[in-house]
Amino acid sequence: MFQVRIHGRGGQGVVTAAEMLSVAAFLEGRSAQAFPSFGSERMGAPVMAFCRIDTREIRLREPIADPDALIVQDPTLLYQASVFEGLSPEGFLLVNSGRDPESLGIGEVLARLPAGHMVAVPATELALEHVGRPLPNAVLLGAFCALTGAVGLESLAKAIRDRFPGDVGERNVGAARAAFELVASKGSGMEGAARHVQTA
Amino acid sequence: MFRQLEGSQAIAETVAMCRPEVICAYPITPQTHIVEGLATLVKNGTLSPCEYINVESEFAAMSVAIGASAAGARAYTATASQGILFMAEAVYNASGLGLPIVMTVGNRAIGAPINIWNDHTDSMSMRDAGWIQLYAETNQEAADLHILAFRLAEEISLPVMVCVDGFILTHAFERVDMPTQEQIDSYLPPYAPRQLLDVDEPVTIGAMVGPEAYTEVRYLAHHRQMDALELIPRLSAEFRETFGRDSGGLLHTYRTEDAETVVVSLGSVNGTIKDVIDEFRDEGVRIGAISICSFRPFPMESLRVALAGVRRVVTVEKSLAIGLGGNVAPEVREALAGMGISVATIIAGLGGRAITRSSLRGVFRDAVEERLPPLTFLDLDLDLVHRQLERERADRRSGPAAESMLKDLGAVASRVG
Amino acid sequence: MEAATNGQTVGPARVRFYQTGTFTVGNRLLDVSVQSVQSDPRRNNSLNSGHRACQGCGEALGARYALDAAMRATKNRIVVANATGCLEVFSTPYPESSWRVPWLHSLFGNAPAVATGIAAALKVKGKDDVRVVAQGGDGGTVDIGFGCLSGMFERNDDVLYICYDNEAYMNTGVQRSSATPAGAKTNTTPGVGEEPGNVFGQGKSVPLIAMAHGIPYVATASVADLRDLEYKVQKAMGLHGARYIHVHVPCPLGWGSAPSDTIRVARLAIESGLFPVFEAEWGEVTGRRRIRDLVPAQAYLEAQGRFRHLFGKHPDTRRIAWIQDIANRNIRRFGLLDEGVQS
Repeated sequence: MFQVRIHGRGGQGVVTAAEMLSVAAFLEGRSAQAFPSFGSERMGAPVMAFCRIDTREIRLREPIADPDALIVQDPTLLYQASVFEGLSPEGFLLVNSGRDPESLGIGEVLARLPAGHMVAVPATELALEHVGRPLPNAVLLGAFCALTGAVGLESLAKAIRDRFPGDVGERNVGAARAAFELVASKGSGMEGAARHVQTA
Repeated sequence: MFRQLEGSQAIAETVAMCRPEVICAYPITPQTHIVEGLATLVKNGTLSPCEYINVESEFAAMSVAIGASAAGARAYTATASQGILFMAEAVYNASGLGLPIVMTVGNRAIGAPINIWNDHTDSMSMRDAGWIQLYAETNQEAADLHILAFRLAEEISLPVMVCVDGFILTHAFERVDMPTQEQIDSYLPPYAPRQLLDVDEPVTIGAMVGPEAYTEVRYLAHHRQMDALELIPRLSAEFRETFGRDSGGLLHTYRTEDAETVVVSLGSVNGTIKDVIDEFRDEGVRIGAISICSFRPFPMESLRVALAGVRRVVTVEKSLAIGLGGNVAPEVREALAGMGISVATIIAGLGGRAITRSSLRGVFRDAVEERLPPLTFLDLDLDLVHRQLERERADRRSGPAAESMLKDLGAVASRVG
Repeated sequence: MEAATNGQTVGPARVRFYQTGTFTVGNRLLDVSVQSVQSDPRRNNSLNSGHRACQGCGEALGARYALDAAMRATKNRIVVANATGCLEVFSTPYPESSWRVPWLHSLFGNAPAVATGIAAALKVKGKDDVRVVAQGGDGGTVDIGFGCLSGMFERNDDVLYICYDNEAYMNTGVQRSSATPAGAKTNTTPGVGEEPGNVFGQGKSVPLIAMAHGIPYVATASVADLRDLEYKVQKAMGLHGARYIHVHVPCPLGWGSAPSDTIRVARLAIESGLFPVFEAEWGEVTGRRRIRDLVPAQAYLEAQGRFRHLFGKHPDTRRIAWIQDIANRNIRRFGLLDEGVQS
C-alpha cells in the first residue's frame, strides 16, 4: 500500500488533489481511497486530504498517520511540526515552492530522507502561467508522478480531464506536464516508488 | 460499471436510478453532497418525473415525505445528527403510519458539544422508532443498500433508514461498481402503495386509536420487522442474482470459523477491524469479525448461529448509552443468553476520533488474553477528565465543562488522528 | 366586495335580505347557481354527522362549510391533511371516521408540509385535477406548525391551508396559544392575580404574515358569515399556489359562551372590529367586510366567561379601553367603517 497525505489550505483544492490521484490509480486498475480530513474549515485554514493506493481492496478507514509521501501545497505550513508527522524514512516530500529545498529551513527533515526523495516545485507560478489561476493542486500531482512513480502521468492527465472537462482541464494537464518535466529533469527516485507500490 | 467516485455521489446516482418521485431535503453536514447530487440530477432532467422540494427544516422534510408517500409517490430524504433529532416526531410517525419512505443517515455525532464528525449516536437515538435500520460497511454497500431499502420498505410497508458513516464513507472516493438502470428496474418494481389518499376511494389515515387496539397496531409493526428478518436475506440473495455481488443481508461474518473471539461492529469500522483480524490470524490467534448490517430488525437468531462455539465477543460501538455503556452489547448479550459467551464493550470513534489499527490491536489483545474489562473507552484521555473533575471540586463556578477541557488540552487542530 | 359575498349582491340584480339577528339567507330567493353549498341536498357532507364535537362547536361548523365548498369547487376531488387538534380527535374516534374525503392526519405541527408532500405526489403522478387542502386549529397553525406553514407559503406550494382559530389550545383543555387575545382567561393564563388573564402582548396576525409572503390569496372569515366563508374557499380553489384562509370559530367550552351563542359571539367579534374580515391577493388587501352595526368591544367581551374578570363590581376600565384600542386600530387599518366598502 502506498499512502499519500496532502497538506494545504482551504480553497487550494487539497481534497480535489486527493480525489484526482485516486482516480488516476483507479484508471490503472488499482484500488484507491481518497478522503478529506473531515473538518469544517473555511477558506485559508490548514486542511489535509489523504489517498491510499494498493493492488488489493483497501479496507482500512483510519487517517494516514504514516504516509509514504507528503505533498505540501502551501509552504507556510512547513513550519507546523505535525506536517511531517509519521513520514516514512523511505518517504517522499513534495513542496510547492520556487525556492531551493536547502533554503526552506527544513534541513532536519531533508536529512532523514533518501537522496532524490524531496523536490520543490514552483506550482503556484506554473499554475498561473498555464491555467491563469493560482491553484497548485494539479501541477503538484504532475510533479508527484515524476517524483514517486506511484501513478503514471497519462492516468493523471485523464483524471484531471475527468474532473475539469474542457479547456480548464487541458490547461491543468499542461501545467501538470510542465511540472512532471521539471522534476524528471532533476532526476528523482521513481524506481524506488515503483518498487514500493509493487510490494505493498 | 466500476467507477472511482465519492460515496455521496454513488448514493445520489443510485437513489436516482431507484426513481424516487418526491425528494425532500434540508441540508446538514455530512449529508449535503447526497442531496446536492440529487438536486442536480432532478434539475438537469436525468431523474424525471421527480419533485425535489427544498424544505425549511428536517421536521418538514420527513413530513413532506409522509404526505408524498401516503399520496402514492416513492419518497426519499436524507439527514444526519441534529437533523434526525429535529425530525424525530415525524420519524416515529412515518413508521407508525406504515409508509415505506427511504432515508439516508450520514452518521454524525450529536451536540452539545457541537461536533460534525462521525459516530452512530444519531441513528442509535432512533433505533426504536419502528424503522428498519441498515448499516453500510463500504460505499459499494452504501449505494446497494438503497436499492434493497426501497424494495424492502415497499414490500413490508415500513420505512427504512440506510446508515452511512459520515465523512468516512460519504466523503471518501473509492471504487464502486455502479448498477445500471436496467438492473435496478428489474429488481425494483414500481411502488404499489398498500394505502392511498385517493379521491375515488376516500380513506381516513391517521385516526386516533385508543387502548382497545393500540397494542395490536404496534404489534403489527413488530410482526412486520420480524418478517423482515426472513425477507432481508431473501432480497439480498435476489440482489446477488441481479447485480452479481453480495450486499446487505442481516450480518456479515469474517473469519469466524473456529474463532474463539469475535468482534462485532456496525458500519465502516469493520474494514479496519478486518485488517487487524488478519494480523492476529497471521499469528495464529483464532479471532474473527461480524458486522451487523440489519440492526433493526435485530438478527438474534443469525447471531446465535454465527457465534455458536465462540468463547468471547467484543463489540466495537460508535455510540454511548450514557449511564449504561454500549447500545449494541446489551442486544448481543440478549441474543447469546444461555450460551456461556462473555460480551465486552468497546466505545470507540465518538465525535470522529480515529479508530486506529494500533488501538484496536491493544484491546483485541487484551480480550484474547482475558484482560479486557466489560466496558472500555478506546483511547480515552482519562487524565483530561480527572483534571476537569478536579477543577469542579475546587471551584463551584467552574464554568462550561467542554470549553474548559479544550483549553486544558491546548491547540490540537492540526492533529492527524 | 364581489357578488355573492354575504348574499348581499347577487348576479345582475341586487337582492336585499331583511332578517334580524342572522346572516343566514333565504336560499330559495336566489338563483340556483348562487345558492349556498350547504343548501344543496347533494352536498358532500365532507365532515359527516355523528362526530364527537361539543355542542355549538364553531370549528366543526366552519370545517364542514369550508370543505364542502372546496369539494364543490373541485368537483369532489380534494385530499385533506389535518393537524392534530380538536378537529382531528372529534372526527376520528377509531374505528369511526366522519370524513367523506381522503384524509390524512400526521402530527400537530406538520400539516402544511404533509400537504406539500401530497401536492408534490399528485403533481408527479399527473393528477392535476386533484387539489390539496390542509387544515388545523390555531395551535397547529399559529404556533407549532408555523415554521412548516411559512415554508409552504414561501415555496408557493399548491395548497389551501385553512386555520380554524378558536384562540387557544382547546383539545388539551383550554391553554393559551399565541392566538389567545389579550386579557382572555385560559388555564395557563388564569383569571387571578394583579392582571388576570392573558398578557397584553403585541399579538400575531398570521393572515398579515401570510400576506408578507406575497402568496396569491389570503382571507379571513368567520362562522358568523358562512356564505362569505364558502365564497372565499371557492375563490381560493379557483387559484393555484399557496393560499390561506383564517376562520374565526368560537369555542363555547374555552370561551365560556353559550353553545347557542356561537354565531352571535362570532358576529360581535366582527361588528366590534376585533376580528377584521378581509381578503388579499398577492400581498395586497383587495376587499374587506364593512362593519354593519358597530358595537363596542365590551359587548363582545361581556358575552364570554373568559373575559369575566374584566367586569363585575370593579370593571378593569384601563384594560377594557386597551382592547377597545385594538378594535379601533383594526377599524382604521382595514377601513372597516369606510363608505363605499360593502357590508
